[in-house]
Amino acid sequence: MVKDITLGQYFPGNSPIHRLDPRTKLLLALAFIVLTFLVKELVMFVPVILFVGAVVFIARLPLSYLLKSLKPMRFLIILMLLFNLFFVSSGRVLFEWKFIKLTTGGIEQSIFIVLRLLLLVSGTSLLTLTTTPVALTDGLERMLSPLAKIGFPAHDMAMMMTIALRFIPTLLEETERIIKAQTARGADFESGNIIKRARCMIPILVPLFVSSFRRADELAIAMESRCYHGGEGRTKMKVLKYSVSDLIAVLIMAALIAGTVVLQGVLFA
Amino acid sequence: MSIVVKNLSHTYMEKSKIAVKAVDDVSLTVEPGEFLCIIGHTGSGKSTLIQHFNGLMQPTSGSVTVDGYDMADKKQRKLGRELVGMVFQYPEYQLFEETVYKDVAFGPTNMGLDAEAVKNAVFEAMERVGLAIDKFCEKSPFDLSGGEKRRAALAGIIAMQPKYLVLDEPMAGLDPMGRAEILGVLESLRREKNTAVIMISHSMDDIMRHATRVAVLEKGRLIRLGEPREIFKETKLIREMGLDIPQSAQIAELLRKKGVAVPPEVVAEDELVEFVLAAAGRNNGRING
Repeated sequence: MVKDITLGQYFPGNSPIHRLDPRTKLLLALAFIVLTFLVKELVMFVPVILFVGAVVFIARLPLSYLLKSLKPMRFLIILMLLFNLFFVSSGRVLFEWKFIKLTTGGIEQSIFIVLRLLLLVSGTSLLTLTTTPVALTDGLERMLSPLAKIGFPAHDMAMMMTIALRFIPTLLEETERIIKAQTARGADFESGNIIKRARCMIPILVPLFVSSFRRADELAIAMESRCYHGGEGRTKMKVLKYSVSDLIAVLIMAALIAGTVVLQGVLFA
Repeated sequence: MSIVVKNLSHTYMEKSKIAVKAVDDVSLTVEPGEFLCIIGHTGSGKSTLIQHFNGLMQPTSGSVTVDGYDMADKKQRKLGRELVGMVFQYPEYQLFEETVYKDVAFGPTNMGLDAEAVKNAVFEAMERVGLAIDKFCEKSPFDLSGGEKRRAALAGIIAMQPKYLVLDEPMAGLDPMGRAEILGVLESLRREKNTAVIMISHSMDDIMRHATRVAVLEKGRLIRLGEPREIFKETKLIREMGLDIPQSAQIAELLRKKGVAVPPEVVAEDELVEFVLAAAGRNNGRING
């Protein structure tokens, strides 16, 4: 049951999207988020959706993977949909009952919000689906490295992220094992009220914390015994290099953003 | 009354492409008072198999009953589970309470015993594993030594007074002294309370000395089930699976290679000693078969 959690799941592949420099992809993901907020008219979502579709196609991602990353959002999306449907009142009134009002403006607003949310999540999922966690933190480190001059611990942050990502599956496995062990000792995690159920977490959380600290300790010793001393003077085996495709990708995104802004300005002024 | 495993199969990720059949059509019965050891190479399905014994895992096909309770049924499982104690690998990692007493009492309390019965069960279990009550009761389990932690965790299961005790490599990572202590506890439970012990182990010497029966798993299938001396006679088969044979059997094998006619039924330590002494007697102290 714990194993169903997928976080930053990577889908292995060797498409042009996979091969893009992680820094480019981070930048593009940021630009994509900005783009979804720049869209002010429903029609203008069409090119954005087409863009996501094109990326999915080029990266040869199974659509089910993308949908899986949207699944945890389903409650939030339904909630947003309902709220906007019935509580935004603008435009023509279609239906009214007590305090509930269905208006054309509300429908438009809710489609807007849902589309924006879906695009935001799928856009960022595309980043993690096509980039290995290691490449991602590598890119992040390089992007943040100018900040190191003013004392920002860019390398340390990146290293912490790498380690955290690396240990997610390990901790999930450990959690499952502890749950089993305590179940075998008669612990009941499913019945009782909220307080009782919260108390039931103690036999899981305490051993989990203890073992996390133990692991951290062991990892620190292992790293130190291999002469790890932080990022200073550390070189990379695989040096990140921009290529032509990075330039093309950035240009496409720039065109998309510029096009959206200009078209909206001209058509809906 | 016994644990009856019938045609048990378990497949991981059944519906996906990477489905793995971890346990394949295993049938066996565990009687009270026996010491069953399960051996097999890494990934042979040992751990998966034993987790079915108290219903932590459900079979993909086949069935497990404990003293007649069907472990596939939610209500019966709860009753059956109380009969089967389960000790996982490195059980000390599941200690969590403030004191050893409270930790050992976790199981019996969950079973719904009253305070007096819990106290008796805890004291008995602590004594059984050799943790002096006055010295350890109020100690934090995190302050104990490695061997003590292991025994405290074991006490937590023994305090539930299981009729069947299932252990996954209970001696892994312990020094010889710690190993002997754990084995001693298991033997005493078996002799005094007729508890069945089901243990996964890689220590063939311990198995030779203590097991009444050995189950050999390979790729999820039960390929041998019998007395240890019968199993370890099949030196070639055991070796081919990447497993070891007991030292006494290894010595007998070496002697055979040197041309000494050691009969094939000489496997255990005492048998080997007897044979060597007899041979020495025959040849006035010279051993050359």
